[in-house]
Amino acid sequence: MSDLRDLYQEVIIDHSRRPRNFGPLPGHNHHAEGFNPLCGDKLTLYLKVVDGIIEEVRFEGAGCAISTASASLMSEALKGKNEAQAEELFARFHALLTEADEKQAANQAESLGKLQVLAGVRDFPARIKCATLAWHTLHAALHDQAAPVSTE
Amino acid sequence: MNALTERPEAVPATFDVMRLRDDFPILERRVHGKPLVYLDNAATSQKPRCVIEREARYYAETNANIHRGIHFLSQEATEAYEAARDSVRRFINAGRREEIVFVRGTTEAINLVAASYGQRIKPGDEILITVMEHHSNIVPWQLLCERSGAILRVASIDDAGELDMASFEQQLGPHTRLVAMTHVSNALGTINPVRKMIDLAHSHGAVVLVDGAQAAPHLEVDVQSLDCDFYAFSGHKLYGPTGVGVLYGKAALLDSMPPWQGGGDMIRQVTFARSTWNDLPYKFEAGTPNIAGGIGLGTAIGYLENIGLDAIAAHERALLRQATARAAAVPGLRLIGTARDKAGILSFVIDDVHAHDVGTILDSEGVAVRTGHHCAMPVMERFGVPATVRASFALYSTPGEVDALFAALAKVREVFG
Ligand SMILES: Cc1ncc(COP(=O)(O)O)c(C=O)c1O
Repeated sequence: MSDLRDLYQEVIIDHSRRPRNFGPLPGHNHHAEGFNPLCGDKLTLYLKVVDGIIEEVRFEGAGCAISTASASLMSEALKGKNEAQAEELFARFHALLTEADEKQAANQAESLGKLQVLAGVRDFPARIKCATLAWHTLHAALHDQAAPVSTE
Repeated sequence: MNALTERPEAVPATFDVMRLRDDFPILERRVHGKPLVYLDNAATSQKPRCVIEREARYYAETNANIHRGIHFLSQEATEAYEAARDSVRRFINAGRREEIVFVRGTTEAINLVAASYGQRIKPGDEILITVMEHHSNIVPWQLLCERSGAILRVASIDDAGELDMASFEQQLGPHTRLVAMTHVSNALGTINPVRKMIDLAHSHGAVVLVDGAQAAPHLEVDVQSLDCDFYAFSGHKLYGPTGVGVLYGKAALLDSMPPWQGGGDMIRQVTFARSTWNDLPYKFEAGTPNIAGGIGLGTAIGYLENIGLDAIAAHERALLRQATARAAAVPGLRLIGTARDKAGILSFVIDDVHAHDVGTILDSEGVAVRTGHHCAMPVMERFGVPATVRASFALYSTPGEVDALFAALAKVREVFG
């Protein structure tokens, strides 16, 4: 196992303690619920999308440090992106955590900005679902899926 | 009933945990470069060498289908499998071997009763469970209620995680047909006063199923003195193989119940007009069972009987006392489940650190615990937590491992500040 410090980086601890964009979003026009039944993480994501651009992102819920920090970092990264860019970011983030080829995964890192701090999760397979929960929920919100997203 | 004083206190001098550990090959493993500290025994226990070897020997020397062959191996396999049934009967002090039905595990045992006994449940009948049940002792009854129009009632628990006896009594009534409760809670460690609960249920004419998944490995169980109608447990939590478990049922009840799965072995005669059923317990054992697993379970039971359940219980209680005292000294740690009568389960949360993060940090120190809702979401809801960390002890757990658990917990503060 790689060092715990690679997983629980300062930025992650900080975002889990003080999540950004946390709380309800009055006037949102998309939302979805995400649920990780294995550990009981719950997340509601709100989006305000205007002319195809994500103007506001907020979330609520209770989860572990990884899922909370991931949602918080995601909320920062999404602002100003259009839907296609958001989905593309998800694809790259997913590859960062799950791509078997280390080099390819590392290639993603550069383009991910601050989201890179979650790269350490790839060495903790049991925690990958925690890090991707917010993103799966984003996908559901953009597609207005009524059923809650489940990581199982 | 004062269960506390009934239980033997001292660990007998003959109980030598370090010697017993040698029986469990897996305990030599290192994980993440640290010695394995396996404290997830409530999920499944490790297997002694004798069980592992017995299963292997069955496949190497005896493998054949049972109950149907005239040849030598088939008879040898049948004898070994049926000897395991005798071991189970003795282990829980059932009156007759026909009362021991081999199933896949506790979950299947409960589903069997819900499917078969459930056929006599009518609209308006009531089934009573408790808040502290494992999902496997909730969902089969919910399904039965949906099918039958019966009503599911739930007895509450208090802040210590003990059953609220007043609530239990209050919910028993003229319509109660079946009461199902856990003997020991897997999420809280609470040992329920099942004897008293069974008597109360019987006084209302209800039949009683006891979920013994967490009790059978840790307490002496006597189904005749409990007078329960059904008792269910799993082999894999009892130092035995996965995929095999036991449903005990009183013979008269089992006899009066319809089969639940049809197939080979459970029939006496099959014609297209009508089939007739085999005797107990085979009526409930359709198809080729987990023969190696059943035989291995018999071996596990023999192993436990040699050590003595009382000695094991006293040993685990000493570990629980040690761990509970240590937990009190950890800042921000809150125990979930503080019943007076508890089995070796320590469930807890830590202020502002999610159980899942605690689990990962403990794992990096080689300490295996369970984190999550423990298939008992209503318990989590009752205590207002999304998840807990659960350390659970077994006969091979040591005071040194309790120390290792708390040393690893100190790491949580290092990481989270
Ligand atoms: C109290 C209780 N009941 C039932 C079960 C289900 O057992 P199994 O999964 O072996 O069927 C468990 C196991 O987790 C349990 O702890």
